[in-house]
Amino acid sequence: MTALSLQGVTKTYGATRVLEGIDLEVPARSITTVLGPSGCGKTTLLRIVAGFTDPDAGTVSFGDDIVVGNGRAVPPQRRGVGYVPQEGALFPHLDVAANISFGLPRRQRRASGRIGELLALVGLDSSLRGRYPHELSGGQQQRVALARALAPSPAVVLLDEPFSSLDAGLRETTARAVISALRAAEATAVLVTHDQSEGLSLSDQVAVMRDGRLVQTDDPAVLYRSPVDVGVATFVGGAVLLPATLHGGSARCALGDLAVSTGAGTDGPVQVLVRPEQLQPLPADGRSAGAGVAARVVEVSFYGHDAAVHLDLVPDGPRVVARVVGGDAPSPGDDVIVTTHGAVAVFPAANGVSR
Amino acid sequence: MALLALVPLGFVVVYTAVIGIDEAWALLVRPRIGELLGNTVRLTLGAITLATVVGTGAAWLVERSDLPARRMWHVLLAAPLAVPAFVNSFGWVSLTPKVEGYAGALLIVTLSYYPLVYLPVAALLRGLDPALEESAQSLGLGTWSTFFRVVLPQLRPALLGGALLVGIHLLAEFGALQMLRFPTFTTAIYDQYRSSFNGPAANMIASVLVLCCLLLLMAELRLRGHHRYSRLGSGAARPATRRRLGRATTPAVAALVGLTVLALGVPLGSLARWLLVGSSTAFPLGSLAGAAATSIGLATAAAVVTTVLAVPVAWLAVRHRGPVSTTLERSTYFGNALPGIVVALALVTVSIRYVQPVYQTTALLLAAYAIMFLPRAVVSVRAALTQAPPLFDEVAHSLGSYPLTTLRRVTLPIIAPGLGAGAALVFLAVVTELTATLLLAPIGTATLATEFWSNTSDIAYGAAAPYAALMVLISAPATFLLSRQVRRTVEA
Repeated sequence: MTALSLQGVTKTYGATRVLEGIDLEVPARSITTVLGPSGCGKTTLLRIVAGFTDPDAGTVSFGDDIVVGNGRAVPPQRRGVGYVPQEGALFPHLDVAANISFGLPRRQRRASGRIGELLALVGLDSSLRGRYPHELSGGQQQRVALARALAPSPAVVLLDEPFSSLDAGLRETTARAVISALRAAEATAVLVTHDQSEGLSLSDQVAVMRDGRLVQTDDPAVLYRSPVDVGVATFVGGAVLLPATLHGGSARCALGDLAVSTGAGTDGPVQVLVRPEQLQPLPADGRSAGAGVAARVVEVSFYGHDAAVHLDLVPDGPRVVARVVGGDAPSPGDDVIVTTHGAVAVFPAANGVSR
Repeated sequence: MALLALVPLGFVVVYTAVIGIDEAWALLVRPRIGELLGNTVRLTLGAITLATVVGTGAAWLVERSDLPARRMWHVLLAAPLAVPAFVNSFGWVSLTPKVEGYAGALLIVTLSYYPLVYLPVAALLRGLDPALEESAQSLGLGTWSTFFRVVLPQLRPALLGGALLVGIHLLAEFGALQMLRFPTFTTAIYDQYRSSFNGPAANMIASVLVLCCLLLLMAELRLRGHHRYSRLGSGAARPATRRRLGRATTPAVAALVGLTVLALGVPLGSLARWLLVGSSTAFPLGSLAGAAATSIGLATAAAVVTTVLAVPVAWLAVRHRGPVSTTLERSTYFGNALPGIVVALALVTVSIRYVQPVYQTTALLLAAYAIMFLPRAVVSVRAALTQAPPLFDEVAHSLGSYPLTTLRRVTLPIIAPGLGAGAALVFLAVVTELTATLLLAPIGTATLATEFWSNTSDIAYGAAAPYAALMVLISAPATFLLSRQVRRTVEA
């Protein structure tokens, strides 16, 4: 069942078209991420769903009820949305308990049981209930902000870059706590972010936004494997793009003849997308000869769990990046043989684009 | 409300038009006007500068350094507000006539008015995100450059608001300067009115005064720019870490002691001396109690009315900045810049001519107070509103709370310290207001200020002293409340 649906939502500020005909379906009890670079219009989209801004055209429906469009606009108070802004925006004059119970009917605000439940839901100790916002860490503030948004059991929870102001360690644990709280509450959520790993790892569905349009909406794995265009491909993950010639279901490029995943298209010049983890550099000791192409290691970025190996194809081929498990990384200067695993995605040829 | 505030301004403009340009010109181009202009300008600029430096320095010491006994200093530094400028000059001038003239006037008005800068700056310093200063220090800025390049720009709304208020007060100051025999536009207008009840000369001087106020407003408008001062970034701010004074502690404490002695010790000591040894000292209990009750009642009513009126003005100015709201906000400032006597006479004339029934009523007096003191309330409420960004409203709306409920549950609690500060400022101002009260109070209404003035005019310093002492006593709790409320903001 669709909990939230947007049709043809358009918004213009002055001469700037911020949103152009946005269509989006968010299934009930699922988490959808709107992913896009800063300034692409994703926050405006969220504000339209919340009711803080009205669209110029298009409709927004919660279930079967149109909340904006066809000449009517339900005010934010009656939409039943939970809103978690980037800064948390906890009310500074209220303690944690009063912040969380803010949206509850007057009689329920006193009931401490509900506040305890919500604190537990977001993974916070109930001893925090008497603290004031300035006495909490950034991650705790975001969790309280989520508990406050979830308290009135909203139809949709909207999260605007909720983790971007947190540091890396806090970010991951807070994100996981927030997602598991959303799942436990069986909430329907829309999360806006510019961070692709956040988008891919946290959600059931990712909608990629660019210049006010949604260019692709898919589940994270499909999006990563079969992006609709080069822009999406490079935005959602590391990408090696190589010019190639398509011939009978296989693409010939600097990495050799590669299997093609998607319904190929007509033979001729194309470009192929190879993900760094599809490339495997092996020591050039003769065992793998013939299965790949020769390359020289230029640089290795070691991340612990994995490493990015920058390679120049021999003799003068393009530079490519391979992602390997941390311990298996070669050293700069090594000669290796690069093999490609799995099928690659194919896009129309660009004018010499190689990123 | 803005219209009401413009009544006195309109009165002056219309009057000038009525007497004709030629006669107006003749009245204006006189050596006497040049002298008054020089006096007014150098006193105003000098006092604004001194009050800004003193007020900001004191606020930084109390809010951002490890000065000992900070709570006590906060109360003491705000306390001169409880001593009206004309009581302060009464204290000085009854000790030594040497304070007559420019230097004395500058000293006394600065001592009387620096809290108008100190209080808003201290409140803002307290609410300021310390991370800004920390970032600046990490960028290699020392204490001084951090203050000038990071803190000071953030203080702009409070600083400019306070400085503007000081300037406006000086343009309207009457009692203190009259007593110090330092003639400015305001005292000249009073003298003109006394000699010829509604003379054109006084109105012409008033027009020049209005022009001065306009210039102040323009300057502020240019300086303020289009910044937003709501805090950005994650979560709520942490309280600031305080700067260690180290060896500078002794000079800092000495400076504050000196300031307090001059601003509080001298006037209060002199007052005490007159109470104890004055030859004309008398304690007519009945009239003292009656005047006190009248003063408190009028001040409370005026504080409530004015603060309520200030909220929409400040709201529009902060949340919906545009030509209309800015004009509206600034138009309210005119009332304060016009001397109380001009506001009063404008109201007298207008009410007699158009709304006869309100003449000689308390309502008309309250209207005058509201016109005159709205800017005080607006400055406080406005500074407080910048601490309650629209994001809070949106979150509250998404949680099902309608605008009125949001106002009650979110915005009002956050701006309450600012509202309290504004109301206390108005209360203080009304208790110690002299000129408008003299003219507009219904017959038989005697306040502490008017009784004090009639006694000092007869050089009955001893007889005047009990009224001044009561005025200070009544103002004191409001001043204390004010300094407490400013303190309380983050301490919850």
